[in-house]
Amino acid sequence: MGRALARLMAERGDALCLLGRHADDLQRSAADLAVYGDGSAVPSVPCDLEKPESFTTALDAASEALGGLDTVVVTAGIFATQEELEADPELAERLLRVDFTNTVLFCEAAKNTLLAEVGGTLCVFSSVAGERGRKPVIIYGAAKAGLTRYLEGLDHKHSAHGLRVVTVKPGFVKTSMTAGLQPPPFAGEPEGVARQVLRAIDRGTPVVYAPSPWRLVMAVIRALPRAIMRRVGF
Amino acid sequence: MAEPPLSTLSGWGRHSAQGRELVGEDIEELSASAHLSRGLGRSYGDSSLPPDERQAVLNTTFADRIVHFDEETGGFRAESGLALSQLNRLLMPRGYFTPVSPGTGFVTLGGMVAADVHGKNQHSAGNFGDHVTALKMRVGDGRLVECSPQQHPDLFYATIGGMGLTGHILEVEFGLRRIPSEWVWQTSRRIHDIDEFQDALEDAATKWPYSMGWIDCLARGKNMGRGILMAGDWAEASEAPPTPPKPGFRPSLRFDWPAWVLNGLTIRAFNELYYRKQFRRESSGIVSHASFTYPLDALRSWNRMYGRRGFTQYQCVLPREAGRSSARRVLEVLTARGGASFLCVIKDFGRESCGVLSFPRPGITLALDIAVRDDTQALVDALNEQVLREGGRIYLAKDSFTRREHFEAMEGTRLDEFRAVRDRWDPQRRFRSAQSVRLLGD
Repeated sequence: MGRALARLMAERGDALCLLGRHADDLQRSAADLAVYGDGSAVPSVPCDLEKPESFTTALDAASEALGGLDTVVVTAGIFATQEELEADPELAERLLRVDFTNTVLFCEAAKNTLLAEVGGTLCVFSSVAGERGRKPVIIYGAAKAGLTRYLEGLDHKHSAHGLRVVTVKPGFVKTSMTAGLQPPPFAGEPEGVARQVLRAIDRGTPVVYAPSPWRLVMAVIRALPRAIMRRVGF
Repeated sequence: MAEPPLSTLSGWGRHSAQGRELVGEDIEELSASAHLSRGLGRSYGDSSLPPDERQAVLNTTFADRIVHFDEETGGFRAESGLALSQLNRLLMPRGYFTPVSPGTGFVTLGGMVAADVHGKNQHSAGNFGDHVTALKMRVGDGRLVECSPQQHPDLFYATIGGMGLTGHILEVEFGLRRIPSEWVWQTSRRIHDIDEFQDALEDAATKWPYSMGWIDCLARGKNMGRGILMAGDWAEASEAPPTPPKPGFRPSLRFDWPAWVLNGLTIRAFNELYYRKQFRRESSGIVSHASFTYPLDALRSWNRMYGRRGFTQYQCVLPREAGRSSARRVLEVLTARGGASFLCVIKDFGRESCGVLSFPRPGITLALDIAVRDDTQALVDALNEQVLREGGRIYLAKDSFTRREHFEAMEGTRLDEFRAVRDRWDPQRRFRSAQSVRLLGD
């Protein structure tokens, strides 16, 4: 989804800088985005969600490469099934740390960078998994629920200061993360989600369900009584 | 890494198998533990299906980054999962198009190499493989290898048209060609029988870079092989409409049609209408490139028309030496068995491709879409026996019914050459497909 979104931005002429773990891979993605854009080089900066000490440096480098930041998009994160997480406490700890603690710390750094200028947009990919405690995504969902709450609070505190927080809650999207799972109804394509997210970034929409039918699906799931949630498989 | 779950993998003709599919962006890493690559699954038969549940296949479609594009020369290199439709959407507005395109945009670059696809311009531009300048591969012993006409040429030419059996294709480099607009000047002409068709195609080949024909397969006797010849060339910017074509509404078939919908009567009615649509003997005009090159892409999942059992496309080439009536003789085998083909396409080939096992050779090719019924195996057997008598061969990207003995007889020494390359690069036969088990005895 991140790749699809970056391509859309490059195609319409936005100046981009990529942050990510592997320098080689980042450079390949940057070369790809350059073709989607006008051909000029796309800078990239190493940054690892497992290394919080790299956050401020990376954001400063990105800001310098682009001559200032007006939008920060966070799509990174890890995923594992509930069975894998239950079987491997170390993996569970790592997932909670990366998807919640460190993502929050990165957003704090990004918030500071954006507020130090004239404000801007912080767009973060959370998940519908954080909407309700559900059997297949208990631990992952808990991390995403925490992230969603954090972003909500950030919006409440700083919207008056010019910080626009966009929380993206993807439903089932056909990406490599969901490969091998049977797509439910309303499964989305990364390109469609990217278009929706870009519109939300432009308009400052606080919460985006993507694809949009998931807003209704999750409203229903949130309303289900505990007795039913105990019985159903989702 | 956890073993991927079992899922149903299927070709475009809906021939399917249970298999494990590795999916991800980093195919360089994932390819180390897979036994075959597959892209968008548009090969009709079992070429992209694993031989059994144990051997995982690599899905390349998330590896779609462009590695290099030279806006001056059109030199292009990308990861093998890049879809042609995506490439077209991005680069056609900038005046670049693939030198060879198949009849659908929903194919990956890797698949285009593996099947060595051809298009309506085969007579003038050859096959896709003729334009490929280099490939990055992961071969049988696990090494990453760059191959080209200069570097490991044996591997390079066996991979072009090699159906993925020589290794994983990770990156594809080829030259894009310049186009004057996204519009095509198209001419279409009514043809009265199959012999006239062969002449008309040969004639069109001298005048037009793109040509092909649609045949009404149910017409018999003196009308056998009647149809419509379509030819075209890129419209110059001065004659094309000022704006690029708009992508129209693309509906999708959401459910399988019951098997009885496509029967002799409905197909006959459709064919009659389609043939009559061309009410003038000849007409021409400017059409969008997509409607000329990818008419069937307008209806997504059109393969569901054939119901649960799916269909097979029988595509053969009949060499020029077989003479003018070779296509007539093959169609007679089809009609004598009461075979109803919903869609039948005819096209002349101008030359061989560079690939060891590539399909085309100078002559005429027929492609027949046939719904799978109880007698399909017998029909394909009969068609193959006729094609053998004509000295022709079949297209692996379409096949799911051919018998090994027929295939070996068609390929002759080409197969020995292909085997020799595999013996050098993959003596353990790490790379196998359901099709290679059936046809090559892997």
